[in-house]
Amino acid sequence: MFGKLTLDAIPYHEPIVMVTLAAVLLGGAATLAALTKFRLWGYLWKEWFTSVDHKKIGIMYIIVALVMLLRGFADAIMMRLQQAMAAGESAGYLPPHHFDQVFTAHGVIMIFFVAMPFITGLMNLVVPLQIGARDVAYPFLNSLSFWLFVSGVVLVMMSLFVGDFAATGWLAYPPLSGLQYSPTVGVDYYIWSLQLSGLGTTLSGINFIVTIMKMRAPGMTLMKMPVFTWTSLVTNILIVAAFPILTVTLALLTADRYLDMHFFTNELGGNAMMYVNLIWIWGHPEVYILILPCFGAYSEIVATFSKKPLFGYKSMVYATSCIGVLSFVVWLHHFFTMGSGASVNAFFGITTMIISVPTGAKLFNWLFTMYRGRVEFNVPMLWTVGFMVTFVIGGVTGVLMAVPGADFVLHNSVFLIAHFHNVIIGGVVFGVFAAINYWFPKAFGFRLNEFWGKASFWCWLVGFYMAFMPLYVLGLKGMTRRMNHYANPEWQPYLIVAALGAAVIAVGIFCTLVQFYVSIRDRKKLTDPSGDPWGGRTLEWAISSPAPFYNFAIVPQINQLDQFWEDKQNGVAYVQPAKYEDIHMPRNTGVGVVMGAFGTVLGFALVWHIWWLAAVGLLGMIGAFIARAYDRDVDYWVPAAEVEKIERSRHAQLKQFQTTQVAPVAAPQRQKVA
Amino acid sequence: MSSPAVSAAHGALDGVSHGGDAHHHDDGSKTLLGFWIYLMSDCLIFSGLFATFAVLGNSTAGGPTAKELFELPYVLGETMLLLISSVTFGMAMLGMHAGRKGSVVAWLAVTFVFGAGFIGMEVYEFAKLIHEGAGPSTSAFLSSYFTLVGTHGLHVTCGLIWLVVMMDQIRRFGLTDATQRRLSCLSLFWHFLDIVWICVFTFVYLRGAI
Repeated sequence: MFGKLTLDAIPYHEPIVMVTLAAVLLGGAATLAALTKFRLWGYLWKEWFTSVDHKKIGIMYIIVALVMLLRGFADAIMMRLQQAMAAGESAGYLPPHHFDQVFTAHGVIMIFFVAMPFITGLMNLVVPLQIGARDVAYPFLNSLSFWLFVSGVVLVMMSLFVGDFAATGWLAYPPLSGLQYSPTVGVDYYIWSLQLSGLGTTLSGINFIVTIMKMRAPGMTLMKMPVFTWTSLVTNILIVAAFPILTVTLALLTADRYLDMHFFTNELGGNAMMYVNLIWIWGHPEVYILILPCFGAYSEIVATFSKKPLFGYKSMVYATSCIGVLSFVVWLHHFFTMGSGASVNAFFGITTMIISVPTGAKLFNWLFTMYRGRVEFNVPMLWTVGFMVTFVIGGVTGVLMAVPGADFVLHNSVFLIAHFHNVIIGGVVFGVFAAINYWFPKAFGFRLNEFWGKASFWCWLVGFYMAFMPLYVLGLKGMTRRMNHYANPEWQPYLIVAALGAAVIAVGIFCTLVQFYVSIRDRKKLTDPSGDPWGGRTLEWAISSPAPFYNFAIVPQINQLDQFWEDKQNGVAYVQPAKYEDIHMPRNTGVGVVMGAFGTVLGFALVWHIWWLAAVGLLGMIGAFIARAYDRDVDYWVPAAEVEKIERSRHAQLKQFQTTQVAPVAAPQRQKVA
Repeated sequence: MSSPAVSAAHGALDGVSHGGDAHHHDDGSKTLLGFWIYLMSDCLIFSGLFATFAVLGNSTAGGPTAKELFELPYVLGETMLLLISSVTFGMAMLGMHAGRKGSVVAWLAVTFVFGAGFIGMEVYEFAKLIHEGAGPSTSAFLSSYFTLVGTHGLHVTCGLIWLVVMMDQIRRFGLTDATQRRLSCLSLFWHFLDIVWICVFTFVYLRGAI
């Protein structure tokens, strides 16, 4: 009846897990009670959960990502603490099996349930606004993507309290992840949470490619698109080209575990190295999927706060596209030690070194954009400069490991751990925080507090260097990754410094939370009446903050890059149109939520081999989708009168706050540097 | 391949955006472009499975080989059913462009029968192999064979469900913009599965029989 699921699946004997469970249950109950007390259920359901508005979906992605950042970071602190303690005689406080789950969960959560939703959320929030579109190409599919992602999150969180999680490392290499060595449900939770959220990601990728290719404002040719939109386009192409491989790879692992097949087993002809190849054919493009939109965000920020056009727009576009192509021909550098021979290793070593060329070009573009600009060092810009310094170090250590000979020494050492945290924290996390600080006013209508933003930045920056520079040293000294305990006492001082670094980062995260609290409290003071708080260059700053649900009352005509900036210079940015038209909009729908819920049921049932429940989940998903195909009332018209009312109050506000027709700061040089 | 699908794909590639339409009307070109991209992602799923089969195709681990197992005449029959179903789907699309609702539903029904026949033959083949002791857990070669061919079969089964839904929708709503758009997508999907099957027939069965 309940498959493998019994009451023993709840880990009563693990005090850490039980305390966490109690905290989650109490916190959850308090949240539910508060929602009920303040009668917010209807509001949440109508305005948020069933919304197909790309801006709201983007915000929800980012909120979930922030929550999961706390979970993933809790895992990080636990690991740093264990390694700071467990030298020589001391065994630390985490038993090996638990420690293995913690580092696996940390990696999986940080990549799939923090970095990915941050990126997807930002693209949702920004891309349609930057191209002058009313929504994405398939608003319902967008909502479905989000709820499939949420069902993956729910499964990962469940694994903490019901059963266990994979103890295999974040990519679950077989044969360790096969049934023989991982007989519990941990790997199954891993598989199904990634399959559900991965399906959502693929659908998002298709959605955004079509949105960008088909829904740009008239006149916006590809080479007049803002850079963030360009990087989003390349990222989504990478998603559609890479995620199917992840789907296949996990499906084959599933077949091994559920159907007794032999793709990756040691016996009967299986080949475990094929898994490693396949997963990295997805995995390497994945890291560029994460970093490219951040590159886009940095480009927007650096141009805005240097008050200059971005230096080398075209080279930025070509560099982005080059990186997109090259990202598919470097995967083998993740396992030079496989033994594929000198020629193969040399090929992948060289392609890896080549990929640093377009990345270097980008860095020079950012530097030259700042050169002789009137650089304003506020929070987004601080993150950007911090990124430039940090990312270069990470890039250099990456190129170092691209030398196959060097890699044989450094493979699977904590040097590698330091390297990829250097680029992912210094690139993706910094980029996401820069972008959140930059675009927050557009989402909510008020800016974020500067002081706490700066405090957060400095804690992250200092904490990052404290936490990871010691790991470079330890890696060169020969410490391997994922160690629950080590005998060499010489390593301990470094690991204590690293743990302190993690504590400083924790203060940084706390500062971010305070920043949100303080900003919401002072929202009147921080309000953004003009919709253009930074003197922006791209279309999203032309409309009010927060953006109206239809985005643009009149779709703008584009003649050049940075059209809005030029309009401000020419005094035509805020001209009220003579007449408004009816606007056609998609209707909200709860089908995405329902399908996500059935998806969770399906995943949970498959994890525990409850076959009847799995059938319920699958049929529920299919049924809800077909039912949606019979719904013919999926859109509506916003009457011109209503649009006019909203826009009138917007223009009245502009007058009241005396928003000038020109940019807040005159540009020092108007000539194009391209 | 249906003509609106082709023209829509060209429209997508001409590089000039059709954005800026003051509303959310979909003239079908957005849906068809998106569906093309979906098909390409699906194509990558199959390419992963073909690559896996290429790697593991000889890993028979002492078990039966492709040459011993496959009966080409039987598979040829299976193939003919699927190929004919593509022709009958083409007839349905001709009916759609001529605006003949009854003919569309009838041809879709014929397509369904051929598709179901294909699935029936495949299931029988699988059952026979498993009965002979050549199931998916026998060797890596058979794991990759069953997964590749089975994934194609699963796709055809989804196509059959979709066919039923479309027949019902056309009966209820007629040949509206929405149903025509969906039928065009299904047509692409069906022909795509045909192409994949031709690759399966060539690389799995014909090559295996050598």
